[in-house]
Amino acid sequence: MNESFIIQTRSLSKRFFAVQALDAVDIAIRQGEIHALVGENGAGKSTLGKVISGIIRPDSGEVIVKGISVSYTSPRDALIDGITTITQEISLSSKQTVLQNVLLGQEDARGGILDFRRMRQRYDDIRALTGFDIDPHLRVNSLRMADQKKVEVMQAIARNAQVIIMDEPTAMLSGEETALFLKTVRHLKSMGMTIIYVSHFLREVLDLADTVTIMRNGQVVRSAPTRDETVNSLVTTMLGKPMEQMYPHKVLPPGDAPVALEVKGLRSSVFQQVDLSIRAGEILGLAGLVGSGRSRLVRTIFGAEDISGGSIRVGEQAFLPKSPQDAIRAGLYMLPESRKEQGLLLKQSVQLNITLPHLRHVSSFGGIIDSRRERSGVVELIKALDIRVSSPATRIRNLSGGNQQKALFGKWLFKRPRVLIIDEPTRGIDVGAKQAIYELIAQLASEGLAILMVSSEIEEILGLCHRVLVMRRGQIVSELDEAQKTLTEDNIMRAAFGTTIEQVDG
Amino acid sequence: MIAGKTTPQPLHKLTKLLLDYGVLFAFVALFLFLAFRAEAFLTVRNQLNILDQAHQIGLMALAVTVVIIAGGFDLSMGAIFAMSAVVAAFVARDLESVESFAAIAPYAGWVAGIITGTLFGLLNGVLVTVLRINTFVATLASGIVIRGLALIITQAEQVRVQDERFRDLARGGIGDINNTVFIWLGFAVILTLVLVRTRFGRHVFAAGDNPEAARLSGINVNLIRTITFGISGFAAGLAGVISASKFMKAQNDMGQGLELIAIASVVIGGTSIMGGEGAVWRTVLGVLLLRLIENGFNLINVNTFYQDVFQGLIILFAVALDAMRHRRQ
Repeated sequence: MNESFIIQTRSLSKRFFAVQALDAVDIAIRQGEIHALVGENGAGKSTLGKVISGIIRPDSGEVIVKGISVSYTSPRDALIDGITTITQEISLSSKQTVLQNVLLGQEDARGGILDFRRMRQRYDDIRALTGFDIDPHLRVNSLRMADQKKVEVMQAIARNAQVIIMDEPTAMLSGEETALFLKTVRHLKSMGMTIIYVSHFLREVLDLADTVTIMRNGQVVRSAPTRDETVNSLVTTMLGKPMEQMYPHKVLPPGDAPVALEVKGLRSSVFQQVDLSIRAGEILGLAGLVGSGRSRLVRTIFGAEDISGGSIRVGEQAFLPKSPQDAIRAGLYMLPESRKEQGLLLKQSVQLNITLPHLRHVSSFGGIIDSRRERSGVVELIKALDIRVSSPATRIRNLSGGNQQKALFGKWLFKRPRVLIIDEPTRGIDVGAKQAIYELIAQLASEGLAILMVSSEIEEILGLCHRVLVMRRGQIVSELDEAQKTLTEDNIMRAAFGTTIEQVDG
Repeated sequence: MIAGKTTPQPLHKLTKLLLDYGVLFAFVALFLFLAFRAEAFLTVRNQLNILDQAHQIGLMALAVTVVIIAGGFDLSMGAIFAMSAVVAAFVARDLESVESFAAIAPYAGWVAGIITGTLFGLLNGVLVTVLRINTFVATLASGIVIRGLALIITQAEQVRVQDERFRDLARGGIGDINNTVFIWLGFAVILTLVLVRTRFGRHVFAAGDNPEAARLSGINVNLIRTITFGISGFAAGLAGVISASKFMKAQNDMGQGLELIAIASVVIGGTSIMGGEGAVWRTVLGVLLLRLIENGFNLINVNTFYQDVFQGLIILFAVALDAMRHRRQ
């Protein structure tokens, strides 16, 4: 047993239904390092963090903390060993004060009566230790996000944390706040804290971490000093193949392709004045940080959120959707962001899920469904999209994530749209299904469908889109074009974080 | 370390069959038991009697099945039942004295009662969808208001109908079979077709399964839910009118608690109270199962007190089965 490893795991495995989330994972975390975990969605990095912090119990394998094999049954157990977690979401009591939150569960009391002087003393100690100058009497919800993160860190310190597992801690932060937070993390390291840092942002990881562990399909592919890695080496390892091979060859639409969707001066409570247009056969990407308004924009165009003004034109037809129904009638379809919450009818069959928006086209007078016609259409789609399912009558909940996603694509292709919006089209599905969906998207575009795609995975945007609009704070701040060679990761990130000389489109 | 095996085991076939078709097994078992134990049970007369007695709960349970599948709940059916009966009796009684309407008075009474029920149902729908009041609370409150209105218009007096034609709805029939049997079983057939074969039926399931996904699929979820409440109002109204017709009178306090028995029948049948799944045949069996218990236990002279306990236990058992099914998924 090497004493310098504070946490080790031995062939840790965990299975969720059909998915092997962790597959014999061995990892070793050194005392006092920042150890990054990277990998695609579903690679197992969050699950690994949750197992170490006692949130999830593994099926087999062991976790060794400071040389002792442990078997936590709850986060409380892990906390006794000094292990705690900070996640993407703020998990504080937002209406309570900073002091109350920092010492939550650790209050000093005598006979049940709180000892405020003693608590304040401890708070000041933590404040001195961290150098975070936050007024203890402010309510948490009056603080900016980066400061709320600091409160979470102070809370961890109050609980005597020695290891903090950070799961996508910057996902909800703005560029400036992210920079502040990263400074905090470095400071924690200088205090001797060990950090396990789970993140999608590869640059952040390369900048911050001492060691990086790359995971794929529940397995550790490589652990290496960060200085030996580059964005490219990380991506290639995460995907299991060079980036270029994941994505089909881009075929730009012909120069005279007609405009399929035109949005002019769109206004709502969130947007002031948004313009965009897509031509037939074009794949237009919407990039930006979480919270920059990408999903809300496409939802607004689709009629799922209130519009106050502007105009939307699909082909020749101009309209302003009051509900998704209006958009669907005009041939504008949307595959929503969250498969489970917004997409699937989990208790229903694959067939019912697919034909739900199109029943009008398979039913006769009086709304009576022609089940033979319906079924044959579904069977055809299942074959065309290679959805692995024994029968159209199978409940959709029994399908894997990838096949569910394919079925939802089928739902919006049962009758061909003129414009298809896809919001996070490959979130949480395995690499094989991802690639199939990429091919499908490219193929649909080559057949003349206009596609508007939102994605948080920058590789996906770069790999598929012909043109990309970058959003920041509800506005389109930059337009990047494959044809003009301006479509690079660097340009997207700069625009998203707002550190760019704005790209002039020409 | 000891790690529990959490890999989901495939449902044992028999367990799955029992979970999915529990009501069918229970019904067949009880039916056979009574057929052997009570001589009077398996006569045509008794069987028709059971079907006839089931019409009241049957109509309401069938309709509320649709409400529940769409993700709602209706606790106002008992009140709508009383209100519709009262309106029907009033119209039939008062039009009789108006010479030019006397000929159609009883029929106008029936129709007025049913329309009243349907309108109150639709009103529930508006409360639940437009004002976004929780369905449980909304229909509990509207039920109290509706029964209060019935009290006001009757002044707690019985409303008696003299015209014998008014009785035909409940007492008429073909051969030995009462109209009521045709009405509620016919309603079951129609609702089955509507739920399984029509666009509206699909939308009902979608609205109950995942309202947001349904909305993003272009479905007007509020409209669908409102219509389902209209259906339960219609059925409660129809049941109320039949009751008025049967006894030739109506009063404000009739039909108390019927909605609870109706909902219990739906649950016993195995339609999930979580919405999004269920079937009409299940409710038919659920209704008949409760009837069999009452009828059969009377035939073999079991004390009525025990019947209540037994019925309650069956409801608990059905809910437990539903919970088990959900845990499995």
